[in-house]
Amino acid sequence: MSWLTDLALPKIRDLVRKTETPDNLWDKCPSCEQMIFHRDLEAAMYVCTHCGFHMRISPKMRFKALFDEGEYTTIELPRVAADPLRFRDRKRYSERLKEAQAKSGEKDAMIVAHGTIEGQGAVVAIFNFEFMGGSMGMAVGEAIVAAAQLARLQERPLIIFSASGGARMQEGILSLMQMARTTAAITELREARLPFLSVLTNPTTGGVTASFAMLGDVQIAEPGAMIGFAGARVIEETIREKLPEGFQRAEYLLDHGMLDMVVARSDLRHRIALVMRHLMDARPGEGDTLPQPANDPQASAKQAR
Amino acid sequence: MQHYLDFERPIAELESKIKELRQLSDGDGVNIVEEITRLQAKLDRLLQQTYGKLTPWQKTQVARHAQRPHTSHYIASLIEDFVPLAGDRLYGEDQAIIGGLGRFRGRSVVVIGHEKGADTEERVRHNFGMARPEGYRKAVRLMEMADRFGLPVITLVDTSGAYPGIGAEERGQAEAIARSIETCLTIGVPVICVVIGEGGSGGAIAIAVGDRVLMLEHAVYSVISPEGCASILWRSGDQAPEAAEALKLTAGDLAQLRVIDEVIVEPMGGAHRDPAETMRRVGDAVARGLQALAGTAPAALRTARREKFMEMGRKGLG
Ligand SMILES: [Zn+2]
Repeated sequence: MSWLTDLALPKIRDLVRKTETPDNLWDKCPSCEQMIFHRDLEAAMYVCTHCGFHMRISPKMRFKALFDEGEYTTIELPRVAADPLRFRDRKRYSERLKEAQAKSGEKDAMIVAHGTIEGQGAVVAIFNFEFMGGSMGMAVGEAIVAAAQLARLQERPLIIFSASGGARMQEGILSLMQMARTTAAITELREARLPFLSVLTNPTTGGVTASFAMLGDVQIAEPGAMIGFAGARVIEETIREKLPEGFQRAEYLLDHGMLDMVVARSDLRHRIALVMRHLMDARPGEGDTLPQPANDPQASAKQAR
Repeated sequence: MQHYLDFERPIAELESKIKELRQLSDGDGVNIVEEITRLQAKLDRLLQQTYGKLTPWQKTQVARHAQRPHTSHYIASLIEDFVPLAGDRLYGEDQAIIGGLGRFRGRSVVVIGHEKGADTEERVRHNFGMARPEGYRKAVRLMEMADRFGLPVITLVDTSGAYPGIGAEERGQAEAIARSIETCLTIGVPVICVVIGEGGSGGAIAIAVGDRVLMLEHAVYSVISPEGCASILWRSGDQAPEAAEALKLTAGDLAQLRVIDEVIVEPMGGAHRDPAETMRRVGDAVARGLQALAGTAPAALRTARREKFMEMGRKGLG
């Protein structure tokens, strides 16, 4: 099965391409094709002011919009073996990697940061779809493991924003193994009773959905996000049928019980804060004035006396 | 009837010649017996030469060979008092993954495996070994039951991948696979996985996360099929042999990358030439694996299994 849903790549690249207006002051919505003044689009966090279409935004913009006062600390991620398979198709993987690094100024497709959201501490990991289609290889796996470890260390919730074509096939079986690695990291978080919020953005497919991204305590998606396991083209080729309207879109998944909520980008921050507040409420912490749950029968017996 | 692969043509010719001579001789005729012996020796050499240096693409074909033993054959040969179990208790029964309770070399176990089917009717019934969410949810149910009753889990991996269909997506294919991986990592009983044929991406790893991951010599295990990889990266399915090479999907490659723990050597000429011997060897390897894990406390098993996968790719790569 193709992780890299061929459907996603070419089409979605169009979504962010600026129109050829002389001074780049206007952007064209890829959905309704209306022109939007660039500054307005930025202020709306890249949601079309005409039709509400959610365009892709960079991890940096998301961090800024999410954390209090736009302040956060990114963490240094562990180094991984680059190109362990010495993979070469029509081009060397090591070259593709270098190009992506030069273009993005980042080492790989995931950035991890921590800070506060409405006053509550959180660790946040965000996929950069611009970096080789947000594909998950060793580096992304390592980033998720590191993010989960940081969340455990700080005893804070972990939030992962996914946008990925799936496993990075140039890392072969090692990319497949990231499904087990990232799941193990989430399992440890779960055992530490720390919340994991999975936020699915456009598009999230393949090995990413089939591992940690579907294991959130709470599953959130942005409107219209394409979310699935197999690529739409692969499915069409297999069953030789047209796919139903809205297939694999966030709203469709909500209808089929795969998500808790579809939340507009402008409401995401508050909604995430709310969920975190509830899930962390019963956790004993500093300055906690709530009574401890009396699950120790001896202790409650003493209290009764 | 023996089914031959493209690269086996010289082997096919030799085997049919030997067969002809055998029919001709009927036991007497010293000259013919000598000739048969000579040809048989030649055939053995040819098999050794061919199978000793199969390319990754040839191995892919061997791994998919229709006459290669499948999960149901392993169960019939290695498991006594087998009780097949069915259904995910949520939606349906998916025969692409079969499983149940049985006795393996004197102890009760839970066996789970992809089943491709041996003939057309079986293949349709088992959906060619391509599971839907129900298959993975059944696997989760059986693994959780094994955990409750302290039974070791043996999984047999043989699938081209999870089924890509509308219903499968609607019922949460991705979630089902993720949950199955999670369950593999959570249960406190020994888990031994054997890649017996094709280990096709997410649909395979869903039941291939164990304390010991074994792999048959000519099995393949990959993030994507060589055809799929070629069509994306080379823009043409014709480049599948190159993709197979680049993906490093053979048992030898995977052992070197420390993704698998042990390569189980196949009989000369591949598992399909001697299924009984292949299954015996797999049984021995599984028994050794279980022996090594016997008596380990559930918490220690869980921790070690998680560490093993968390560390994967961190060491031993240049
Ligand atoms: Zn619009």
